[in-house]
Amino acid sequence: MKTAVIVFPGSNCDRDNVNSWYAVTGLKADLIWHKESHISDYDLIIIPGGFSFGDYLRTGCVARFSPIMKEVARQAAAGRMVLGICNGFQILTEAGLLPGALMRNRDLKYLCKDIFLRVENNSTPFTCDYALGQILRLPISHGEGNYFVGPEEHKRLVDEGRIVFRYSSPEGQVYPNASPNGSLDAIAGVINQNGNVMGLMPHPERLAEDILGGTDGRALFTSILNSYRLAPTKKSGAQQRG
Amino acid sequence: MSRQDAPWSEHGLTEEEFNKIESLMGRSPNYLELAIFGVMWSEHCGYKNSKAHLKKFPTTGPMVLQGPGENAGVVDLGDGLAAAFKMESHNHPSAIEPYQGAATGVGGIIRDIFAMGARPIASLNSLRFGEISDNRVKRLLNGVVAGIGGYGNCMGIPTVGGDLYFHPSYRGNPLVNAMCLGLMKNDRIFRGQAVGHGNIVMLVGARTGRDGIKGASFASVELSDKDPDKRPNVQVGDPFMEKLLMEATLEILERNLVVGLQDLGAAGLTSSGAEMAGRAGNGISIDLDLVPLREAALADWEIMLSESQERMLLVVEPKNRPEIEAIFDKWDLSAAAIGEVTSDGIFRIHRSGKVLAEIAARFLTDEVPIYIRPYREPSYHQILKMADVSLLSRDIDLSKTLRRLLASPNICSRNWVYEQYDHMVGLATIIRPGGDAALLRLPESKRGLALSSDCNSRYVYLDPYLGGAIAVAEAALNVAVVGAKPLALTNCLNFGNPENPEIYWQFVLATDGLAEAARVLGTPVTGGNVSFYNEFDGRAIFPTPTIGMIGVIEDIDLRLTHGFKNVGDLIVLIGKSKEELGASEFHHLMTGRDEGVVPSLDLEKAAKLNDFLVVAASKKLLLSAHDCAEGGLAVALFECAQASGGLGVEIKFSGQISTAAALFGESQSRVVVSLSPDKLNDLTELLTEHGLEHSLLGQVTNDDRFHVIYNDDSLIDLVHDLALTWSATLPREASI
Amino acid sequence: MKFKASVKVMLKTAVLDPQGATLERALKSLGYQNIDFVRVGKLVELVLEEESEQAALKAVNAWADQLLANPNMETFSVKLEPLL
Repeated sequence: MKTAVIVFPGSNCDRDNVNSWYAVTGLKADLIWHKESHISDYDLIIIPGGFSFGDYLRTGCVARFSPIMKEVARQAAAGRMVLGICNGFQILTEAGLLPGALMRNRDLKYLCKDIFLRVENNSTPFTCDYALGQILRLPISHGEGNYFVGPEEHKRLVDEGRIVFRYSSPEGQVYPNASPNGSLDAIAGVINQNGNVMGLMPHPERLAEDILGGTDGRALFTSILNSYRLAPTKKSGAQQRG
Repeated sequence: MSRQDAPWSEHGLTEEEFNKIESLMGRSPNYLELAIFGVMWSEHCGYKNSKAHLKKFPTTGPMVLQGPGENAGVVDLGDGLAAAFKMESHNHPSAIEPYQGAATGVGGIIRDIFAMGARPIASLNSLRFGEISDNRVKRLLNGVVAGIGGYGNCMGIPTVGGDLYFHPSYRGNPLVNAMCLGLMKNDRIFRGQAVGHGNIVMLVGARTGRDGIKGASFASVELSDKDPDKRPNVQVGDPFMEKLLMEATLEILERNLVVGLQDLGAAGLTSSGAEMAGRAGNGISIDLDLVPLREAALADWEIMLSESQERMLLVVEPKNRPEIEAIFDKWDLSAAAIGEVTSDGIFRIHRSGKVLAEIAARFLTDEVPIYIRPYREPSYHQILKMADVSLLSRDIDLSKTLRRLLASPNICSRNWVYEQYDHMVGLATIIRPGGDAALLRLPESKRGLALSSDCNSRYVYLDPYLGGAIAVAEAALNVAVVGAKPLALTNCLNFGNPENPEIYWQFVLATDGLAEAARVLGTPVTGGNVSFYNEFDGRAIFPTPTIGMIGVIEDIDLRLTHGFKNVGDLIVLIGKSKEELGASEFHHLMTGRDEGVVPSLDLEKAAKLNDFLVVAASKKLLLSAHDCAEGGLAVALFECAQASGGLGVEIKFSGQISTAAALFGESQSRVVVSLSPDKLNDLTELLTEHGLEHSLLGQVTNDDRFHVIYNDDSLIDLVHDLALTWSATLPREASI
Repeated sequence: MKFKASVKVMLKTAVLDPQGATLERALKSLGYQNIDFVRVGKLVELVLEEESEQAALKAVNAWADQLLANPNMETFSVKLEPLL
């Protein structure tokens, strides 16, 4: 399996993703500069966190025009797995590969801390190694993670089971205040209709080794590897929950 | 006297200094030359008031690869790895524009680190503000914390620790001291030297504009509300630009394309150019026509003194120029050749074909006047020492007092601050902020690096010598408590106006104490920064010699954290509690006063305690360890219980000292540890070997109770309730 | 009388505007070469009640000076329109 981690000017979780992917799967990942345009031989494309182009004006709004984003869109359409974490999620929404937008946190402050998430859909290639309803402890680290989407699109996300993670209490209850950033319906991560492009605000790569204080992020990487091994070329569709 | 009669005054120089310049040069300096002398001979660049006393510091040791005088100090960590680290102040800019002032402070210290060839892996910051109830202070606090986060988060360098205190003396003049540490191979240290005649001098990164002009001389005057127009243009930080500059710089260093480099900080091109030439004993010739400008109409002196951020000066061999330009181009950065290294030792500035300035570089760096200022003991010193601090400690409600201490701004939880900093990026943070020291794992190694910053300035105010020594001992203990051996330190010496003999007295004694402690604890000083003139409307800050300490643990799996671990573990106090309530947070809380005798410190014992902790950790004798600091034993016990995630404590002990001193006194060199009962004999043996005292306090319990009995007094509370009190203060008080 | 005030806050021209500079580069990389001096500012709108336009202008200017802009690095301009 070949993995690319895209590097924009201002990306800063690029190496972390390479290291964490290796720590969990034993596989190497390549850093790909945003001005390149050949990524057709990669099975997984990770758009990492950071502050692409300084996050100036709006997070992700400049990065989406980088040459590589056309290629990312092409690979997404071809069914390759694309994972956007934090700033990567913001870029994917700006690029229109995922619905919605990420606004400034409710309390107007950058927030870096461990939060709890509930797995809302475990039939995606990114979450199949989690149990449905499993509670995860993962860090967030962002100033703009307040997810917003219009009512119609929101209904579609709910109906199609495309809300993959919701913020929750440590016991797994989801209620508006469980969201640390004010995001709509406590949404922390969503997936596209084809089920091959996912974005989330929390950082699974930051808690994937015991020494770092937790391993709840591991299964996200093992899910990807296992679903690739089961169906390396097949497009996997998002399946409805329940 | 008019300006023409006293041309020196505009540049912050004295008549005496002007005369020295004339005799050095053998002629009168022109305006630009005088401006250059003005900034180079300012305290901020030239250390003219402090140099004589900085020589007292121990600066060498087998692990020191680079001592003071470079962009940053460097120590050998073993396994071919070295760490570059330094701390620097950005106090005055932060007073005026807290967000940008703090942000550019962080940016400056990060550049110092990658200028040595090291990749920055962690930042800390040491902050001091006035009373938090003050609206002006709330604005400053919010702005400074957001600015530190705004810059560090964007850079992808985790902010892993620091310290924060509030006291009225900082009201108009907050302190923002930023520390950064980076890693490099120990044979790949780059220095700020302009070597090789005929080599090209390149200015890379941001364009030059009217930012922070005369910031260095501004840093060397007192602040006041009266003349806001004298303030320089605020520098605006661009962390995105700096991130690109860092990546590009590390890439050219990796490929060995540079012979010397330095960041542009205070006094911009002037100090970088002169210092690089001065260190190498060479000259530098710069053509201002070649400097990329943000706006065309910049005067000569403005270009030379501009403090535009995110710029570096490189010295490169001509053959490497194209490759360097290609790399900077890849990162969308400009790289301009603006001059060359010369053999004549002259710092020479050209523009439009004319020579504008010619000064021997060593006049600027080596001929800075050194002042040994007169000093005298201030009248407050003996008086405040005599205050009777014992009367207030009788008949106090212990539980209520503990709650008040936990809620006080100097002791309460700092989560509100840490949560605004990305402290995890880089996947190296093993102990996150909130413990005694931050701990980072080193790449491809079992070893870890511990970092801590500290200074209790009330101690320094009341007893500068002892206070200076305690700052070092405390920072070293913080590192040792996680199981790491203290290695070396950097400092940031924040004081008032050195021309005031009573302030200078504080400086002299505090640096004496600092030097002695650094010597006895075996932690050389590898660099630092002096910040004088921290006064507002004539009132000086508490003297604040902040210490940044680093240490190494051989195996991160042996690390100690402060939270209690298991029900039934024994709780032991190492060290001796004395009747020492002077200068304590407790006394301040009860009376609002800063007075009394500062707790005593036995440096030999402090060194033994550090050794003991490292050995105890390596033998896995302990399950937790936590230093007793502000608020004393009671606060330390609470913090251990709070971090345990649901355990309580049952403590019963007795002694000769008052209950207040036993629970809230701040006797030095004390550590609360917990251990499995079957390790008690081994522990006692090891303690005896190190000549350390200890007392068995009690044990960890499975309920939420916080129960402490001392002689006939008892304190009963719930850990959960105490934690709510402890956590609530900053979020509530900081909100505007 | 009620007024709607708009306060435009911009960085002083001599002060570096990293957002503006980054956007300028981004716009140029999209092919719009004939642009220059991109600056990013803030627009604050508010409604207030005052006796006269003059008094309203005075009040808004004072707020802008104290809070909305930092005179060390920013300039502001105030636009006022009466609300019926």
